[in-house]
Amino acid sequence: MVAIVDYGVGNLFSLKSSLLAIGADVVVTCDKDVLKSADSIILPGVGAFEDAARKLNESGLDSVIIDLAASGKLLLGICLGMQLLFEKSYEYGEHKGLGLIKGSVKPIRDVVDNELKIPHIGWNPLIFKKENPLFSKIHNGDCVYFVHSYYADNCEESVIATAEYGAELTAAVANKNVFGCQFHPEKSGNVGLLILKAFVELKENEIC
Amino acid sequence: MITKRIIPCLDVKNGRVVKGVNFEGLSDVSSPITLAKFYSDCGADELVFYDITASSDGRKLFTDILTQTAKEVFIPLTVGGGINTVADFDRVLKCGADKVSVNSGAIKNPSLIGEAAKLYGDQCVVLSADIKRVDGVFRVFAKGGRENTGMEAIEWIKRCVGNGAGEVVVNSIDTDGVKKGFDIEMLQAVCDAVNVPVIASGGAGKIGDFITLFNTLPKVDAGLAASIFHFGEVKISDLKAEMARNNIPTRL
Repeated sequence: MVAIVDYGVGNLFSLKSSLLAIGADVVVTCDKDVLKSADSIILPGVGAFEDAARKLNESGLDSVIIDLAASGKLLLGICLGMQLLFEKSYEYGEHKGLGLIKGSVKPIRDVVDNELKIPHIGWNPLIFKKENPLFSKIHNGDCVYFVHSYYADNCEESVIATAEYGAELTAAVANKNVFGCQFHPEKSGNVGLLILKAFVELKENEIC
Repeated sequence: MITKRIIPCLDVKNGRVVKGVNFEGLSDVSSPITLAKFYSDCGADELVFYDITASSDGRKLFTDILTQTAKEVFIPLTVGGGINTVADFDRVLKCGADKVSVNSGAIKNPSLIGEAAKLYGDQCVVLSADIKRVDGVFRVFAKGGRENTGMEAIEWIKRCVGNGAGEVVVNSIDTDGVKKGFDIEMLQAVCDAVNVPVIASGGAGKIGDFITLFNTLPKVDAGLAASIFHFGEVKISDLKAEMARNNIPTRL
């Protein structure tokens, strides 16, 4: 069973629908025991980092997620959910993340010229940087759908794919059992469904 | 590199897809859910659903269809038509829409865009503007292109983007339904004025019109059309193959 963490941020309808479409057994929950019993966990998120980090903290879900990740539970952060995996974010100030992946989140504007439109929105090909089981069913150059104004930086060790948008932006990361996608697999057509399928088919003991 | 988006637009009335030529004379095409799945499979990068229903029964039917579509189609969905309040945003976003397009609603209530952008983010708010030349000046039209608001279009678009509209759909009434190509002059004026994604709408009749659009105006992000896709005059797979042959970045 895959559990989508429901902490009051954004709309989970499409994510849930996409997981149902690939035949996954899916539950949307904020219950700690349900999260513990799940085979894998997806941390979604849209909106502002500070607000999302505060909601995770107030609900106590931040420590639950950190503990479960430390115990080897498979975890996938999507979009803002990926950004929350990092140590900190500089989105309107400086805010602490979950610290599951080394690095920080910064404005795209800092690394691209003023002509470029922000947010980075649309379909962009993935440039694979490392082999990863998340990509076992897709190919280098497959397009996925992005919507974001901030990107993960100083995370070279964990970057498994990038996308070119004025600069090479972090598109996906992995640190053992913890994965993150800056793009929206639930909105990336068949390619996105295949990424989600690869994730839910992963087994804890197969990840070294 | 980011790819240029191809967006079929589905006008939905009483649960069916219709398309007006110059906004008049509607003809039934197909089921919205079937058509949405078909387009997604053919390589459409995004879909726009316009609710052109006037009745509350029709509105309920529309949200039911939207919900069903979002359960089966996994590409971005933009919804427009009848968006007058933040509650309307909420209604369609809960049914699986990713972006919400406002047109007459923003004209009636200019604070709507700002309120919605604050709640849902700029990326969620799309300004759709119906524009027509009147005595050589681009004017904004309301009510499905029937009523001249008297507002100068470029100033209106700049103001809406300033308030938080994250994308702009430029629908040229002058070229809509004529099938002789997009309104390059109008689109150029919009691209020069704002730095958010611009979606060209109105006038596409053949594959070459999209090639001309993207080659002439590299700042245009997407091309939107309805009947030429619905009637199979332009197949999305053929269009994208031709874009690739012309070195226009596209998702194949």
